[in-house]
Amino acid sequence: MFKNFFATRWGIIGVGGIIGVFAALLQKLGNPGNMGICVACFERDIAGAVGLHSAAVVQYMRPEIIGFVLGSFAAAYIFKEFRPRSGSAPIARFTLGIFAMIGALVFLGCPWRALLRLAGGDGNAITGLLGLACGVWIGTLFLKQGYNLGKTNTTHASAGWIMPLMMLGFLVLMLIFPQIDGENKSGILFYSTKGPGAMHAPLFISILVGIVIGFGAQRSRFCTMGALRDLFLFRQIHLLSGVIALVISAFVVNLILGQFNPGFAGQPVAHNMSIWNFAGMTLAGLAFALAGGCPGRQLFLAGEGDGDAAIFVLGMIIGAAFAHNFGLASSPAGVGPHGIAAVVIGIIVCLFIGFTMRNKTT
Amino acid sequence: MSVIVDASGLSCPQPVILTLNKINELKKGEIKVLVDTDTSKENVSRAAESQGWKVTDIQSNLTGYEITIKK
Repeated sequence: MFKNFFATRWGIIGVGGIIGVFAALLQKLGNPGNMGICVACFERDIAGAVGLHSAAVVQYMRPEIIGFVLGSFAAAYIFKEFRPRSGSAPIARFTLGIFAMIGALVFLGCPWRALLRLAGGDGNAITGLLGLACGVWIGTLFLKQGYNLGKTNTTHASAGWIMPLMMLGFLVLMLIFPQIDGENKSGILFYSTKGPGAMHAPLFISILVGIVIGFGAQRSRFCTMGALRDLFLFRQIHLLSGVIALVISAFVVNLILGQFNPGFAGQPVAHNMSIWNFAGMTLAGLAFALAGGCPGRQLFLAGEGDGDAAIFVLGMIIGAAFAHNFGLASSPAGVGPHGIAAVVIGIIVCLFIGFTMRNKTT
Repeated sequence: MSVIVDASGLSCPQPVILTLNKINELKKGEIKVLVDTDTSKENVSRAAESQGWKVTDIQSNLTGYEITIKK
């Protein structure tokens, strides 16, 4: 039987290392500071691009996200791992996606970006990562108590294609309505003219990098939340070795490119309110743990036919709309006017899900 | 006779949790674990081997895999 090299220790280290290198290079090629790749931020930008929120500085149809799903879809088909499935408590997953995004936007980044911020010298990433670890740890307590969203069911192959097709549709929209210099709208798509949304690498490079990462991550099962979860739950460091490789490779490339700027104040697209960096990521980490994957992993699962992961992704995109429409997202100036309330509500919702959704058979 | 752990339809980390629970309960013997994704197959195999169990057989079927582990 064909042995999956990517599933070996060196496979996961290789994929983590490549993500780190590409992320640092994408930043050099135009993506925002310490945001070569950020799944949460980029899904938020997509929500803005289609007008779900009107925060003018974060609207761009990020091709990296599209590439992640399409790359994973291709890998799953080539290696006969495409398994269309859905039906494991979708509404709970959708809700977890919403609050995962809100938590991530209080910190200003998904776990990938937390690692990239660390690799770029942003000290605030440390409290964010500690918060993430705390949230995942709480999630493992629920898992030990029998928390389980229930079995999924095999479904039509075409149901598994919906998320990849949706992403393909986004790409087509981008080609039909390309960015016009200095204009904030092209056809039906919004494009930021300033702020992080205006900073991006060339479309062709972004999509290509996205596809390569999506392919490798599907094969290797790269997952930042899983790295912490498996460490806490099973004392396994398999996935963690990929995460560490990501930080080291991004750090080295940042050093070479002059993108390493150590400090806490004035870091790109970041604030230094430590408590809320911690709490935002605690919420996000708990939501990821309860949903079974970090935002990146959910995209790769969606690409291989997992409809429940696709629902989580849609939850995150809608969560981004809530976050910006309701003033929940942070900015470099600090937390949003209602960000703190949203974190508290989010943690209560996650605890409700964690306490009430147990496997009846155990 | 081997004991069956049915983790089909369950996503990570449930198949691993169920397998490890059974391993801790039995200490030794033969367990067949039913999973439906390649990720679960790899994770269950890795977890069993970390506990000193051997993966002796992996059967592929319509809905997924049947992994046999022994100690």
